[in-house]
Amino acid sequence: MAMQAHEIEALIRETFPDAQITITDLAGDGNHYAAEVIDESFRGKNRVQQQRAVYAALKGKMDGSHGELHALALTTKVPQ
Amino acid sequence: MSDATTQIDETVKANDVVLYMKGTKEMPQCGFSSRVAGVLNYMGVEYADINVLADENIRQGIKDYSDWPTIPQLYVKGEFVGGCDIITEMTLSGELDTLFDDNGVVYDKEAAHKIREANG
Repeated sequence: MAMQAHEIEALIRETFPDAQITITDLAGDGNHYAAEVIDESFRGKNRVQQQRAVYAALKGKMDGSHGELHALALTTKVPQ
Repeated sequence: MSDATTQIDETVKANDVVLYMKGTKEMPQCGFSSRVAGVLNYMGVEYADINVLADENIRQGIKDYSDWPTIPQLYVKGEFVGGCDIITEMTLSGELDTLFDDNGVVYDKEAAHKIREANG
């Protein structure tokens, strides 16, 4: 079961309403995406904490064994 | 604690560097695991490679242990460092070298430098 880019963005948007979110489809198979999330809430957090918050927003969609999304190349940033 | 959690806890504390991955360091079975194992191999880092495909309990247990949903996962001195994206970024920025220096982990500095040059 694959996912659409807008579904990923919507999920992340739920947790990060003001974030700048860019989803890139890496393979066209609905399973390999890159996501860049730029949000004020990341300020002062290290990469692991930032990315953990984004993975939490994806609510288990990322889980390898039955997850819909196999690969999400994640980049998180704080607004300049 | 479940036996998987206990087992993981013991492993990450017993080894300076541990990589939970799909496959082994000689035979990675996933592109992301292969990239991180490749970096560690190239930098001559000594590490324990745990093949999560060999044990479903560990495969799920490690995600609960670190509250991180993906594989591979790198641990240095018992601390979760990151997955493929973070390790790639840290390698290119030099933060991985610093982390290893700070934790007394031996690695080939010249090799690390070459990786950055190649991806310059």
